[in-house]
Formats: sequence, C-alpha cells, structure tokens
Amino acid sequence: MEMIFEDVKDFAIGAGILGTGGGGDPYLGRLLLEQAFAEQYQVEILALSELPDDSRVMCLGMMGAPSVMVEKLPNGVEAENCVKAIERYIGRSIDAIVPAEIGGINALLPLASAARLGRPVVNCDGMGRAFPEVQMITYNICGHKAAPVALADEQGSSVVIDGENALICERLSRHMVAEMGATCFLGGYVMTGEQLKSACVPGTLQIALEIGRTIRTARQNSEGAVDALVNYLRQTPFYRYTAFVGEGKIIDLQRKTENGFTVGEVAIEALQEALPGEARDQYQVAFRNEYLTLQMNGEIKTMVPDLICILDRETLEPVNTESLKYGQRVRIMVASAPEILRSKAGLAFVGPRCFGLDHDFTPVEELLELRA
Amino acid sequence: MQGLLHLGIDVGGTNTDTVVMAGREVIASTKCATSDDVRSGIVASVKKVLGESRVSPSDLAAVMIGTTQFTNAFVERRKLQKVAIIRLAAPATLALPPCVGWPNDLRDSVRGGDYILAGGLQYDGRDIAPLDEAGLVAACGDIRQKGISSIALSSVFSPIDQRVERRAAEIIGNEIPSVYITCSSDLGRIGFLERENATIMNASLIDFADYVVTSFQGALTSLSIQAPFFVSQNDGSLMCTDALKQFPVLTFASGPTNSMRGAAFLSGRSEGIVVDIGGTTTDVGVIREGFPRESSMVPDIGGVRTNFRMPDLYSLGVGGGSVVRQINNGIALGPDSVGSALSRKALVFGGDTLTTTDIAVAAGYADVGDPALVRHLDTALVEQTVCEIHRSVAEAIDRMKTSGKAVPVILVGGGSILINRDLPGVSDIVIPEHFPVANAIGAAMSQVSGDVDQVFIYGNESRDSCLARAREQARQEALNRGAEQDSIRIIDLEEIPIAYVPNGATRVRVRAVGDLCFNMAGGRGEG
Repeated sequence: MEMIFEDVKDFAIGAGILGTGGGGDPYLGRLLLEQAFAEQYQVEILALSELPDDSRVMCLGMMGAPSVMVEKLPNGVEAENCVKAIERYIGRSIDAIVPAEIGGINALLPLASAARLGRPVVNCDGMGRAFPEVQMITYNICGHKAAPVALADEQGSSVVIDGENALICERLSRHMVAEMGATCFLGGYVMTGEQLKSACVPGTLQIALEIGRTIRTARQNSEGAVDALVNYLRQTPFYRYTAFVGEGKIIDLQRKTENGFTVGEVAIEALQEALPGEARDQYQVAFRNEYLTLQMNGEIKTMVPDLICILDRETLEPVNTESLKYGQRVRIMVASAPEILRSKAGLAFVGPRCFGLDHDFTPVEELLELRA
Repeated sequence: MQGLLHLGIDVGGTNTDTVVMAGREVIASTKCATSDDVRSGIVASVKKVLGESRVSPSDLAAVMIGTTQFTNAFVERRKLQKVAIIRLAAPATLALPPCVGWPNDLRDSVRGGDYILAGGLQYDGRDIAPLDEAGLVAACGDIRQKGISSIALSSVFSPIDQRVERRAAEIIGNEIPSVYITCSSDLGRIGFLERENATIMNASLIDFADYVVTSFQGALTSLSIQAPFFVSQNDGSLMCTDALKQFPVLTFASGPTNSMRGAAFLSGRSEGIVVDIGGTTTDVGVIREGFPRESSMVPDIGGVRTNFRMPDLYSLGVGGGSVVRQINNGIALGPDSVGSALSRKALVFGGDTLTTTDIAVAAGYADVGDPALVRHLDTALVEQTVCEIHRSVAEAIDRMKTSGKAVPVILVGGGSILINRDLPGVSDIVIPEHFPVANAIGAAMSQVSGDVDQVFIYGNESRDSCLARAREQARQEALNRGAEQDSIRIIDLEEIPIAYVPNGATRVRVRAVGDLCFNMAGGRGEG
C-alpha cells in the first residue's frame, strides 16, 4: 500500500469514523503527517505478509490530556527516543512500527513518526476502532506484554516502565505523563513479526484510507455516499455487517467528564415517521469517550465492541463525543467488530461489562438481523 | 448614560448604515452606499442622519463603528504586510513550523521569517526552557536588517502566564524601538497553532488598522465630531481606537454579531433566536443574556484555523432574492439569488426571474412591486413554495436550539417579509421597529467585556478560591477595557477538567461584561 500527501485528508476522515466517537481529534496528527510529506519523508507501509516472522515491531502513539496536546506541540524527537529507549532495553533494533488504534489521532502519528525514523509501518492495528485504555487492545488480548513501555517528552527525556501487566503500566504511565507536562509519546507492546500476525487486525490502514476516499469520490460524483460507504465496508473482512440504522436529529444530550473520560448519552429522533401515523423512531447512544451502545425504541441494537459511528447527515464526516450538539442532523452507522474482539478472550477486555454495562455481548447482525 | 447622544455606524460591503441614539432610544436612521474610500460614505451617511434628527455634532458623546474591512482584507489578501514570526517554545513545537496548513499564497504574502527560540511554559507554569535572550537579540538584528516592522510573538501556555512574552517584548522593544509587536497572550486562548495563527494575522493588519483608524478619525473630524469613537469586535463588545490599532483581528465576524445584538436590543429580549433574512441567505443565531452564543467549532478564516470568539451561526441559502424552481414533485429554493438586482429581475418588478419575494407577494402577504405581475402564478405552486420557505426557516431555527422548548424568534433584515405564518417550535415572532438597520444599532449598543481562559490547579488552592480569582480577573479586565464598574457582571463561567492529570488541573473560562462608561476618553488601552 502507498500513501502520499494528497491521501492524508481522506485517511484522517476514515480514522475519525473508525474512532467511533473517541480516539482524539485527528487534526494534529494530520498536520504532523502532512509536514513529514512536505519535508520529503516517505511513508513505507508493509503488508503483514511482507513482515518477516523474526522481525521486531512496537506500537507508538501519543498519550496525555487532549487540551494540552493542542498547546504544547511535540518537538519531533519523542518518537525516536521512545524507539531508542525500547531498543536499548531489549538489546536489539526495532524493524517496524505498528499502530495501536486505527481510530482517531493515533492512527496518523505512527505514520508521521515512522516516516521520519525511516522505518516501515505495518498495515494493521490492535483495535480496528478506538478504545480508551492501554489494556484494551488485541495485542494484550492475545497475551502479549505491554511492557517494556517507553515514554518520551519534548525535552529529550525518556523513561522505561517494566510493569507486570498492562493495567500496572497504564497506572504508572499516568503519573509520568503529568510530570512530563501532560503530554508525551508512548511506545510499547514489542512483538515479533510472527506474534503480531496472529494478534492484530490486519489491513486497517488501507481501510481507513479507502473510507475517506470512498466518501469523497461519491460526493464529488454526486452519487449516494451512504451506499458507497456501506458497500465498501461490507466487502472488508471485519466490517461485513455494516448498516446505516437511521438518520435523525439530536434532541437531547447529557455529557460530563468523569475520571478523565467523557461520559454521557445522546438521544436522536428520526426526521420522519417510518410509516404514516406511527411514532418516529427514537435512538439512544451511550458513550464513554467512544460510543458504547445503541438503542432503538428502547431495544438494544448494537453494543461495544461492535462499532457505532455518528456521522454528519450531509457530509458523512465523523461527529465525536466532544462535538455532539443539540439539533445536529446525523446518521447512525453500525458495523461488526473484528472477530478477535468478539472472542471470549476479547470480550474479557473490551466486552460490555468492561465499560460497566450489564449486558452480555450479542453481535450486531443478530440484534439487527443483518445479512452479510 | 441614559439619554446621552451617540452614533452607531455599520460599514458593510454594500451599505453604510447610521443611527442616532439618545441613550437607548433610536432618534433617526439611514442607509447609504459604502464608498470606495469608506470615508466619504461615512460622511454622507452621518450628515444625512444628523440633518434629519437635528442633532449637533458637538452634542454627541460617542461614536460606535462596526466594520467588515479587516475580515475582507484578510480573505481577499489585500493590504497585508510582512510579519516576522517569533515563537518561544523550543524544544517543544519544533515538529510544526509557523503557518503550517495555510494556503500557500497567503503564507507567501505574510510570512517574513521564522524565529523559534527556547522558552515557553508547561501547563502547570514550569519553564519548558529558560528564555533564550541572546538568541532573541540576534533575531532582532536580522529583523531590523530585513526592515520588517511588525512582529508576531507567541509562546507556549502564555494565556496562563504572560511573563515569557512580556519579557521578550521588553527585549525586542529595546532592540528595535519602532517595531510593532503582537503578543499571542493578548489574543487569548489555549490552542497553540490557532493562537499563533491569530497573532500572525493580526500582525499582518497593523498598518492597515492605522490607515482605517485615520480615515474614520478623518471622517469624524470633517463632520466636526469631537466625541471618541469605538469599534465593535466579534463578541459584541467594544474596543477603543488604541485597541483597534493593536488588535484589528478582533473585529472579524463583528457583522453578524452586531445584527444579532441589534435585534436583541430592538426587541427588548435578552434570550431568543435571531433570524436575519437578507437577499441571499438567512443567518440564524442564538442570543443568551443579550450576547450571541459562541461557536464551539474551530473557525476558519480565509483558509486559516483560528481560535477567535465567533458567534454560533447557521446560514441557510434562502433569502428575499432566492430563485424559485420546480423540481420533480417539489420546490427548490436558491441557493442562487438575484441579490441586489431584485428590483430589476424579480417578476413583481417586471423582471423574468421567479423569486421568493414574488411568491410572498402572490400569496398576498407582502406588499412589494406590482402584484398584478404575479397574479398568473399557479396557486398550488405558491402554496407549496410558501410552505417550503417556512419549513426551511423553521428547520434552521430548530438546529440552533439547545432544547426542545419553544423559543421566541426575533426577525430582522429586508427579507423578513417572507415569513407570515407561525413556525413550529417557536413561541412568538417579534419583528422590531427599525429592523433594517439592526447592524448599526447593534454597534451603537455594544458593551465591553473581560475574559479569562486559564488552567487552575484545584489541588494547590481550593476550587472556590480559584473561581473567585478567575471572576475577579474577568471583572478587572472589563474595567480596564472601559466598562462602568457598577454595571459589570459575570455572564459565563465554564470549567473544563484536564483529563489524565491527577492534581485537579482545570481550564476555567469566565466572561464579564459591562456598559461602556461614556465619561472615559477613547485613549484607554487594554491592560
């Protein structure tokens, strides 16, 4: 797969949609990637099949408070220092970078950093969407250690945390991030090529790019962008149960910040009656950074880890939990999550109960009676 | 201030409107064409209105001007000057240079050199690095040699603590006494690139601001008006001429703000939705406590991301000149409009284009032009179009509401004749007197504001004490900007906890507003 300067905007739209309401605004990531291209760096993207089994890969991304990320911009050296710190700790070099999540800003940062480091990026990620915590990732679900985790700041400092499990790494990192000025780069989940191949969601960089491209092309040709997007996603290996559930207007919104998460619920009412004389369909979407559950007329129709995406009704641009507004006209799209997240092992880390919901996971295709 | 005579002038792209007011009462108003030199249009408009009201220039206590000239200059890339860009942030921010993401032509016409030096603060006030004073002196030498006369100075987290930018400005002032410095902390908000962009934009308009102030001053002097004049900014409050010379960028988007403020004032409502129907578009905004509700979207001006306080507006492509077409089984309104050619092209004026105004006349509720010329229109078509006009305006209103409750609507602008039926979700429709000059009235009735937007650490100091400090700072700022002490009140307070930081760091935004104190001379600057 190839990526050039002109692709970045499409890619950012796709990453925003797969962010399922969270994942952080891709704008800063977009600027960093565009800047790397403008300075003549190349992005090399490897297919999984091109990655040797004995190679070493690691995740790279940004961690911290979104409101500080937009003020104290990175130096550019952070990613390199993360990689160097890990290399020193494990005593060998890192051959390729893998994205942790394809949703939001952390889909773009690994590409920008890897281009400058002259290392390839593997066309895959560890979520197939976005999640808020270090342990909510296929690499952990498949039993790979988060540690050693490296944190690096703009001053050139770096720290390696060797925690027993992903949760401990997450806790220790939070304190270090505050000390580093509330933002830093984070690297971890060192794996072999062989380990990665059985523990990732493959091909998602391409999918994010194609999502943005599909919408743009359909809109330019005045074709139905909704149909084009659904048709595209249905022929991917994971999102094969994709559907636009409805469109409507946001009629109620409750949102607060709780332990650093954006938590709440949004109510959407259909613009028209499905049948004359009947009441309009009512949708309710609960969120915690990302959208968690979708109810239609009081019945649950989609639940995490399956994807719930709220898109602008006209442009199909993603609407994240921070930018929901009363009166907005939106469309609700749902999609099946990659199988690895829906497995028993997967649901133990990313299932409804991990988000405090009292539901057993039921796949979206059963709840909505969708056919592939 | 009750009863004091003052002028409100709105210098728009097409018209220059002027009103004479005695305190809160409108005495006279007029619309004149805007002249190329701006000055003669103002002179003509003011002369006319003073003549009609028999007010002597020497009785005026103040003049308030609203203008779109700076927005237009930036969007059209006219009259911009080269700027030296100094950023105090290294080692942070080096990954993204100044003007990143700008349109190339705009970047080329403004960027006169980048100087990124060590300095800036962390979110909690620690140094990112000590200010590189020697590097700054060297940069000044370079800027002096290039002959650049305007500097944009930004540093990381300067909205929390201005000391780094202040110290740097002092050094620059010693090195190049004649240079003009715009400090990013004076323009406000957290969000480094957007704030730096605003700083650069402002620095590129400094010479033009001087020219505009001089031409306003010239117009008023030639009219024998001695009163101080003020200019309205994007949040509906006023700034004095010294502030305008320093911060021309703050006038961006003041046009819609003035029309909304004017509508609020004329209708006597401090809460409600303002619908301004012009020739081509309908602008819908929300008035809260007498001020326009701010947009939470990142505004983009001339292709540049900024962090200005902008009114939250929804624009609908339907106005009094919108072209009406039949499509399949429905009606399409606009988005094209005959605009200012309405009086030639519309059917009721003998033209050949079916416009929304023709429909309102045919339906019997608007009295414009010759109704005989639209008598032939199919009644079903007329009815269908009237429904479509009301439906689309109702939808635009609904988009701007924050709850499902019915709200009052204030209707202004020449195109408001299109509306004569009840609108769903609207409690009542107010069409105030003087509605065509709402802009100029909005300028005349502007207030002054003081804002705080900073990160406080609730762990170090109690929340109550942090908020009390924030409120006091906002009041003080309003006072510094010329508000009458007793009228100052806090109209907005917002707390945004910074995620992932354990010591209770919280971003606090507070706004205070007050009536302009008419006793004060126009020379008072900002802080």
